Parts: sequence; structure tokens; C-alpha cells
Amino acid sequence: MHTTAHVDTTPSATVSAPLLQAVDLAGQRGERALFHHLALDLVPGSVTWLRGRNGRGKTSLLRLLAGLATPMAGTVNVAGRPVRRSQPEWRRGLVYIGHQNALKDDLTAAEALAFLLQLRGAAPDSARIDSALERLGVRASRRALVRTLSQGQRRRVALARLALSLEQPLWLLDEPFDALDADGVAALNDLLADHAARGGATLLTSHQPLSLAEPVPRIFDLDHHGLA
Amino acid sequence: MTELFVAVLLRDLRLASRRRIDSLLPLVFFVVALSLFPLGVGPEPQMLREIAPGIVWVCALLASMLSVNALFASDLADGSLEQMLLAPQPVIAVAAAKCTVHWLVSGLPLIIASPLVGLLFGLSGQALAALVISLVLGTPILSLLGALGAALTLGLRSGGMLLILIVLPLASPALIFGAGAVGTVESGLSAAGHFSLLGALLIATAVGAPWATAAALRISTE
Repeated sequence: MHTTAHVDTTPSATVSAPLLQAVDLAGQRGERALFHHLALDLVPGSVTWLRGRNGRGKTSLLRLLAGLATPMAGTVNVAGRPVRRSQPEWRRGLVYIGHQNALKDDLTAAEALAFLLQLRGAAPDSARIDSALERLGVRASRRALVRTLSQGQRRRVALARLALSLEQPLWLLDEPFDALDADGVAALNDLLADHAARGGATLLTSHQPLSLAEPVPRIFDLDHHGLA
Repeated sequence: MTELFVAVLLRDLRLASRRRIDSLLPLVFFVVALSLFPLGVGPEPQMLREIAPGIVWVCALLASMLSVNALFASDLADGSLEQMLLAPQPVIAVAAAKCTVHWLVSGLPLIIASPLVGLLFGLSGQALAALVISLVLGTPILSLLGALGAALTLGLRSGGMLLILIVLPLASPALIFGAGAVGTVESGLSAAGHFSLLGALLIATAVGAPWATAAALRISTE
């Protein structure tokens, strides 16, 4: 099944140069083509909701944009230049949170978060980590082993990275609202709004309707030729 | 690159310290398997002394392979590997750190235990020294090759079997020269040639395997 998707043409998308641009992108999973000729711009200050039925390639697209997979065709441009996966500057500006939380069961919440920070080359400052966990409402669990946390608490710990990554311009989030309760959703919405206000761009998938009020999320629909 | 290496190294050592049973498995296997040989082949001291180098090295190789399958598997399953691949530093740092941790947790305890095991088999002082030196040079080769095999078979069904089929032939030279060094000393000859060959193998593996492992990790996670 082939999908042709088009670029957003809202006024906000045209006034700012895109932080990330997918041009004529084609992706596959195994032998199956997922989409062709896909064009997508992520502009500063935006949140884009990537929608589509199960199996349409939302996660595959996020992985392509993150540089974790190679497209069948097309390019991913950052600041107008094709991304080479080895470019450190590009990776420093990117936060990717996948389906899995990337937390080890035998580390505490604070240790797991500190490791994820170190991967980015940032110092694991405990005060900042506490503050990030606080923002997601899991500071009380900072010394708890990840294995003892509920699914929702683990998701909150994983998302606490975002509170430490507001300076990273590009966030790619795969089902970030999964397992979150109403407070967790509100905390994540707050982070998304804060990030957008600082000029960041977020592309996220979600099977739940988004409750983010500001900025109004742009919708990119893989089922219906791009924009809904 | 150093920051990424240190971060992965320290995290994996911390994890190993919290999973002591899993971490001790290679050492326990090594000692238990070796202690079974006198029961199986008989307690005759001369024969045990003659077969000791070979069986110590075979047991070290198999013990080393016990834990290598899990080297990247849990990081792949929980999403940590993706985050490591997205780090702004080269992936080779991850491969090198993983090899180092594997050697520290699986190889080093075998080296420490080997003099005791050698004594049980009646090896002479010189042969014991040769055994330790050969394991010091050889066990890092096993960790480096094991990591490469683990990366190549990551996420595959029956990956464990494939891993053994890939790594064991590659590790054969280390086994031959390692066991040969001890046997040579037992025969009253110098083992310098064997050590030189083991050293050359170690250098070649240390230079090539982390690059290949890093590339294999990228391919396996696509």
C-alpha cells in the first residue's frame, strides 16, 4: 500500500524555516512498502500529531526521521542539508522517545534518567534530575528501582527527559501518552507547550485525541494523504 | 567518545553488581565444569596434567560464550540500544564499552580462578604462569569476538545457535595458541611464540572487532 503525503501549508509553517524536512521519503517494513513520496516539514514552535491506522508506518517514519533506519528513497534535511547519521550536532538537537522507555529494571529512576542524560553528553546533575522528575510527578520514586514502578510511572520517568531537553529543538515521540493518567497527560501537555514556546518542534504519535490547547497541534495523517 | 564509553561501562558494571547471580554464572560454570573432568576421565595425575591446558581453555571459551548472548539483547528489548545509537558520539564507544564490561565480568574472574584450577590439575608453577598469561591475552579476544557475534545475531530467531556457529570457529586460533602455550611450557620449551601470536590476535581483534560490532549493531536495529 502506498501513501502520498503532503506538506503543511498553514501560515505558521511558511514563515519559519523548517527544523526538519522530509523530502520525497519512502519507507518500508520488511518487504512491505509503507509510504512513498512523503513530504513533511516540522517548523519551529509547532506540535505535529502523526496519525494513522495500526501498521501504517508511524513508528517506522519516526525511526527514519531519527536516523535509526534508512529510507528506501528520499532525504531527511535539517537546516536545509541532508542529515548524515554521524553528524553529532544533529543528534545533540534531537530527542527520540520510542515505544520502549529505555529504562533498566535494575537501576533507580534517577540513575536511569542520569544515564540517558550522559548518552547525550550532559552532566547527570542530581538537582536537575530531581526537578525533572518533580515536573512529571515522580520525584518520590527517584530512589525506587524501575522494576518496582508501575507502567505509568515508568512512562513518566522516561518523559522526564523532556524536562531536561527543552533546549533540544526537535522531539520525536512515539505514543508518549501511553499509560499516562490525567495528571501525566497534563504534565506532558505542559512540556510540549513549553518546548514549542521556546521554538522547538515536536512530532508525536498518539491513538488518543490530543488535549493540547496551545499550540494547536497540526495533524499529519498517513491514512488520508497527509493533512487532515 | 570517552564520555559515552565511560557512561555505558559504569552503567553496565552497576547492573552487573545488582545481578550477581547472572554475573557469577560464567565463573561457576568454569569451576564446576573443570571439576567434573577428574570424575569423568579418571583421577590419574599425569593424564590430568596433560589434558589440563586444553580443557581449561575450552571451559573458558564456553563460559565466556554463556553470557555473550545477552550482551545487547536486553538493551534492544527495552529501547536502551536505540538511545545509545542516537548518542552524538560514535557507536564504536558503545561496542568497546560492552566488550570491556563483558571481559571484566566474565573473563577476569576466570583469570583469577585459573591458578587454583591449575593447581587442582597438578600444573607446575611455570605452567600456571603460562596459563594465566595465555588467558590474559586470550579472554579479551573471546569477549571481542563474542560481542561481534552478539551484534550480528541481534534480534534473530535462533540467534544463540547462530552466535555459537559464528564465534567458535573465529575463536579457534586463540584456543589453539592459548592451550598450546601451556602445553609447550609443560614440555620444557619456551611459550614466547605462542604468546606473540596471541598478542597479535588480540591486537587485530581489538582494532577490527569494535568497528565491525558497531556496524552490525546499526544493521541489526534497522
